[in-house]
Amino acid sequence: MNEDIKLMKGNEAVAHAAIRYGADGYFGYPITPQSEILETLMAEKPWETTGMVVLQAESEVAAINMVYGGAGSGKRVMTSSSSPGISLKQEGISYIAGADLPCLIVNIMRGGPGLGTIQPSQADYFQTVKGGGHGDYRLITLAPSSVQEMADFVELGFDLAFQYSNPCMILADGIIGQMMEKVVLPPFRPRKTDEEIRAESPWATQGKRKGEAPHIITSLELDPAKMEENNIRFQKKYKKIEDNEIRYQEYECEDAEYLLVAFGSAARICQKVVEVARAEGIRLGLLRPITLWPFPAPVLSEYANKVKGMLSVELNAGQMVEDVRLAVNGRVKVEHFGRLGGIVFTPDEVLQALKEKIITQ
Amino acid sequence: MKQEIIIAGFGGQGVLSMGKILAYSGLMEGKEVSWMPSYGPEQRGGTANVTVILSDEPISSPILNEYDIAIILNQPSLEKFEDKVKPGGILLFDGYGIHGGIKRKDIEIYQVDAMDAATEMKNEKAFNMLILGGLLKIAPMVEIENVILGLKKSLPERHHKLIPMNIEAIRRGMEIVQKII
Repeated sequence: MNEDIKLMKGNEAVAHAAIRYGADGYFGYPITPQSEILETLMAEKPWETTGMVVLQAESEVAAINMVYGGAGSGKRVMTSSSSPGISLKQEGISYIAGADLPCLIVNIMRGGPGLGTIQPSQADYFQTVKGGGHGDYRLITLAPSSVQEMADFVELGFDLAFQYSNPCMILADGIIGQMMEKVVLPPFRPRKTDEEIRAESPWATQGKRKGEAPHIITSLELDPAKMEENNIRFQKKYKKIEDNEIRYQEYECEDAEYLLVAFGSAARICQKVVEVARAEGIRLGLLRPITLWPFPAPVLSEYANKVKGMLSVELNAGQMVEDVRLAVNGRVKVEHFGRLGGIVFTPDEVLQALKEKIITQ
Repeated sequence: MKQEIIIAGFGGQGVLSMGKILAYSGLMEGKEVSWMPSYGPEQRGGTANVTVILSDEPISSPILNEYDIAIILNQPSLEKFEDKVKPGGILLFDGYGIHGGIKRKDIEIYQVDAMDAATEMKNEKAFNMLILGGLLKIAPMVEIENVILGLKKSLPERHHKLIPMNIEAIRRGMEIVQKII
């Protein structure tokens, strides 16, 4: 057996991947179902090996603002939390987006609203891809559906964040965070040196050198004309991300007559639904958005010309379905199926919903 | 070959760790594995369950509506999972935790008196390994060598001295498992 293959929880994979990627800092505050990220980092003590800082902040708000500070100095910094904690971070996320800074945020969603439950949910889709914080900003959003992707998306998330100087979120839930699967961890990479950071991020606040103008990082701009310019620059960046960074996975879509659209843990359950449906002779496929923003709307638009109907399967009351409908623009029937508040649907429930809402209609 | 297994009982019976050892053993056997716990606010005395899948193919859903094998260690879990065993599947129960009431006639039913055997061995911690032995006797999905490797991987090093006791309990479980239907 390959010794590099490990069995671990999704949360543990995030922690190990962050150390191996050469992350400079993690700032967090415990909350179920993602506490293993902080716990694993604390157990691994990366400050003794790679020099990575791991800090349990006094609150989620403090943690995201530590990320803001670290990101401003050009460091690869991250935080993680679960739904109620992510709500607390929204002001900081908006500030980071407004200051054009790269960072990684991990949300292991649980059922809400409010303190809700600790069971898995996907009800933070709107919060993540439609705003959450104030202002016209976007979060690059990656939705892993396996423990392997939890590890892989740490690297991808940081790389995208730095490529576009934009915050990136890994949006998973209690299922992906808590389940154990095989994972091959990425190789160790050295952390960036101060000189490398200076070259990569000339704007970074690394301490003023002689004869150098001070670097000021802020999201504040009281002159509305300049603020509009900033916003236009943001929108250009978002357009570029939409043009270049859409990611998705097609599963048995080639001859599909009907399509399930699902992300993260729901997509895993839907893979099983496709297996069962195909055994019954139903030509069913699954389209799994990997990036929730940018959303794979162009791909779904193509499928609207090929299939008879789509079911958006989500652990919420119907959020991503709105984006599917926008992409399809009325050409085929699009319905939603979900369970709420931490209850997870089983494959047979989804198949039954498909038959009732799409196939027999 | 794919085995879809639910292990359900009281918190503190070693349900999650038994699932973990089984998953690690499958990993050592070169199989695809998934281990999905119920992670509610469980505690000693509450209910706990874990879904373990061992497969030669990539695993789709880690969450299932029916199982090839249900390992049932208390009465509430019997009520919850008896109907979810696939026809022709297997239900394995501990004679101390279950006092009858099994209705299914279309599945194979096995009993392993693990609580009694653990008491005999003067080691109540052997309970879940006795159950695992029973499982591996009736559904030999992993080699015992790989279970030893799995134990090494899943137990912290300070507990490696307990591995011989665990293996002994697995072998004892293999001896005492009996077919009911």
